[in-house]
Amino acid sequence: MSVPLTLLGLLEREPSHGYDLKRDYDTYFGRGKQLPFGQVYATLGRLARDGMVVAGPEPGDGPERKRYAITDTGKDEVDAWLADPVEPEPHLQTVLFAKVTLALMLGKPAAAYLDAQRAAHLRRMKDLTELKRTGSLVDVILADHGLFHLEADLRWIDLTSARLTDLAAALIPEAAPEPDKRERNK
Amino acid sequence: MTTPTVMRGCLIEARDITKSFGQTPALRGASVAVAGGEILAIMGPSGSGKSTLLHCLAGIFTPDRGEVWFDGSRLDTMSEADRTRLRRTAFGFVFQFGQLVPELTAADNVALPLLLNRVSRRAAYKSAGSWLDRLGLGDKGGRRTGELSGGEAQRVAIARALGLGPALIFADEPTGSLDSLTGEKVMELLVALAREGGTTVVLVTHDARVAAYADRVVLVRDGVVSVDMGSATAAAVSARAVN
Repeated sequence: MSVPLTLLGLLEREPSHGYDLKRDYDTYFGRGKQLPFGQVYATLGRLARDGMVVAGPEPGDGPERKRYAITDTGKDEVDAWLADPVEPEPHLQTVLFAKVTLALMLGKPAAAYLDAQRAAHLRRMKDLTELKRTGSLVDVILADHGLFHLEADLRWIDLTSARLTDLAAALIPEAAPEPDKRERNK
Repeated sequence: MTTPTVMRGCLIEARDITKSFGQTPALRGASVAVAGGEILAIMGPSGSGKSTLLHCLAGIFTPDRGEVWFDGSRLDTMSEADRTRLRRTAFGFVFQFGQLVPELTAADNVALPLLLNRVSRRAAYKSAGSWLDRLGLGDKGGRRTGELSGGEAQRVAIARALGLGPALIFADEPTGSLDSLTGEKVMELLVALAREGGTTVVLVTHDARVAAYADRVVLVRDGVVSVDMGSATAAAVSARAVN
């Protein structure tokens, strides 16, 4: 999640104060990780320095507050960000792949590790399913995103579980099964 | 008949059951116990034996060895007539395809099991109308089920399964032929209504998003229950069973 670009995007709707921006960010994107006020104002300061927003005092009886507005440069930046596909992030597979590979190399129970990961994924999916039942439509959409990603991970876990014997044979040739046994594992 | 040693609150249990079809073993010593009020998902790869396990639990298949207990009675040694009676009165079924009669209306399909159980015609159709209402199909009672969409037909199947007031519902890939959004709505209804009535559900699925609706998930591999992924909500299930 890019905090500066997300705040910039929120500002494109209408000029806003730091407090309101933080509230909107937390409502739509915070989900368990709220944005500290300090980070909001530091980010807005950098965006102003880079010409993405302009800040002006708002007249009134109360304490002076800065009101931020997006510039044309900032709008171009948001447009470019939105149009740029998100980098696929196969972090889980990378970590899990390393664990499975090392477990096989070390003669440790890779299948049991994958089972534990499968159980953890299913628990998380259950939590997200409950969130869908009780949450707003925004929660539902976010939970769906998480659920589909977890489901993709689970497919990888299932396929890797089915290929463990072959993977062990590829990593440790001396541990390769007899040819007829290998045939069954395909 | 000996009294089984069952887990506390256990409604149905398979103990070390084996089942082969010809020379092909489907179950090789599968054991699973389901508590009253629990929603259990059985997952596993194709050919792992998960549907065979469900069919043995439901008394549709008889295991070659091992035991199946339901509510303190041995199911696998019952006469076929007794098992049929049990399936008509205590069990409800929701399958992927084919459990509805397409030439009959939605109301006819829901009322049919009640009529077979000698419920009066008037009471059966009143109950059918009420269940169809609860499943959002109040205006579809007069439509033939062959004319309904897949999601509507599955909701009729749920109404039919729940209409009997069963202790246990067996569902085999209940959303297998539906798109994601329709499948989600069907699962939400099935789970909500089962929880409301304290009905136990045994659900077979290959879809992890469907299994995520369950209280507990077990994994069947090579004909045995190889992983029990436990219950994050065991206390909640117990509370529902007590209530």
